[in-house]
Amino acid sequence: MYSFWNSPLPVPYDAAVQALALPVCGVSVRAGFPSPADDFVVERLDIMQLLVKHPQATYFWKVRGDSMLNAGIDDGSIIVVDRALRPKHGCIVVALVDGECTVKYLYQRAGRIKLRAANPTYPDIVPRDSQTIEVWGVVRGCVKIFATS
Amino acid sequence: MYALVDGNNFYVSCERVFRPSLNGRPVVVLSNNDGCAIARSNEAKALGIKMGAPWFQIRQMEETHGLVALSANFTLYGDMSDRMMSLAAGLGPTQEVYSIDESFIGLQGVRGDLTRRGHVIRERIHQWVGIPCGIGIGHTKTLAKLANHIAKTAERKPGSYPSELAQVCNLTTLPAQDLDDVLAATQVEEVWGVGRRIAAQLHEGGVHTVLDLARLDPATVRRRWSVVLERTVRELQGMPCIALDDAPAPKKEIACTRAFGTAITDLPPLVEAVSEFASRAAEKLRKQNSLSSQLLVFCHTSPFRPGPRFNKSVVVPLRRPTADTGKLVWAAAAGMRRMYEPGYRMAKAGVMLLDLVPASVQQGELDLEDEDHRDRSRLMEAIDTLNTRYGKGTVHSAATGGSSKAPREWGMKQERRTPYYTTRWEDVPIARA
Repeated sequence: MYSFWNSPLPVPYDAAVQALALPVCGVSVRAGFPSPADDFVVERLDIMQLLVKHPQATYFWKVRGDSMLNAGIDDGSIIVVDRALRPKHGCIVVALVDGECTVKYLYQRAGRIKLRAANPTYPDIVPRDSQTIEVWGVVRGCVKIFATS
Repeated sequence: MYALVDGNNFYVSCERVFRPSLNGRPVVVLSNNDGCAIARSNEAKALGIKMGAPWFQIRQMEETHGLVALSANFTLYGDMSDRMMSLAAGLGPTQEVYSIDESFIGLQGVRGDLTRRGHVIRERIHQWVGIPCGIGIGHTKTLAKLANHIAKTAERKPGSYPSELAQVCNLTTLPAQDLDDVLAATQVEEVWGVGRRIAAQLHEGGVHTVLDLARLDPATVRRRWSVVLERTVRELQGMPCIALDDAPAPKKEIACTRAFGTAITDLPPLVEAVSEFASRAAEKLRKQNSLSSQLLVFCHTSPFRPGPRFNKSVVVPLRRPTADTGKLVWAAAAGMRRMYEPGYRMAKAGVMLLDLVPASVQQGELDLEDEDHRDRSRLMEAIDTLNTRYGKGTVHSAATGGSSKAPREWGMKQERRTPYYTTRWEDVPIARA
């Protein structure tokens, strides 16, 4: 098959992803001395820049359950899932097990694949003979909101 | 040279991204109000479900064959389309988004192995977005569209075409004999722009396959059929006649029509409904900077249900071409009141704006009668801005009734709609941990 993971074809700019419409400086001045800040107009920090590396491939999921507590993913966390990242040993993934989506560490060593929880009370998920584990996407980050008002 | 990228069973594929358990099962997506099948998975096609099959006719397959039917979730499909189109644009320098799931890419100046490039982009869309597509490459748009059909058919029905044409089919690199074989294996009705009627005429004249059609003399085709078919023949012969439309031409008419969730017999909700349709149509009208001179309102009972039939429409001429929501709503409501008759269970109504003219063209005339001459275009602009920023229907004509909180009697029936997975925080998919 064709390798697209490291393909040299550039990804086009995604016009659909927009920054917040809040200019930092650049207030229009009708007359008089121009604002000295105008030469330093920059974009305000946007958290999406940190969370989203591949806009077309990024989906948000909500987590239910406590099996990933020690990885910092709580019940109710929002995870940022990037389908463009290559799943590697040791990364956190959303995986399909029997048609259900689950968040776990991907263990991939010596030709064996299993899913590991980050909570000692959960056993590893080892695929049985007929069972397959399919990685839906790689978890790039996690968002938690602590105070709502 | 052109490529056509087209999502396979697009709506069903969008649903499967978030519900992988639907893989391998027969799935259909139903039109507004769960009326008929507008997308089918390969498994559903194999069950013999036709495009447009009414839901009540195939409903029993839910139990007999495990058929899954979903209400159309256009919010989701729109977002998935956006992701797919943005990646498809990587094939070449220009792009025309032709429909929600199809886009033409201009390949002029692109060097290297185009077939390989097609496979890389196809794999990327599949991996990144989750949608499988077919890519067809040809010297003209008609050939690219045909190549796309071959790419998809070769994948879905092994043996129909050479297997190396599956998924990505590049007609430009086929040796002449192989190209002829492929064209000879394809019926004329698969050609873009050949409708059912023309296809029947062609068959009658002994033109059965695409190869037969491509070998016709363009001048004869023009004499016997039309300029349009002549253009198609030339395109099949490799001569580009249809350019890439970077910006779609303004629409000549605008329609907003909908089937009701439940049948309506009373006048007030019908007036509300057509008022809403007129408002929506007015928004579209202003978006393309046009004015409308006539408005058509129609209303009818269900053609599938028993009971008395009603099917009427009224054209309301407008005093002056306008894009004013107030005036268009007034005209739609007046038309509805004019044709309404009690005692019918109305299933569908709609508004069409006809005779559109650019907003820049205005017929001057003498003031012969009193009319509200105030220019309300700035008011309309403000309404459009508010509705864009704060959501559809934030500011609306009072005639349309209801509010987003109180569902309207004539609202859409979408009993089987999946969540807005990618556009609403409350709806994001759940992963177990």
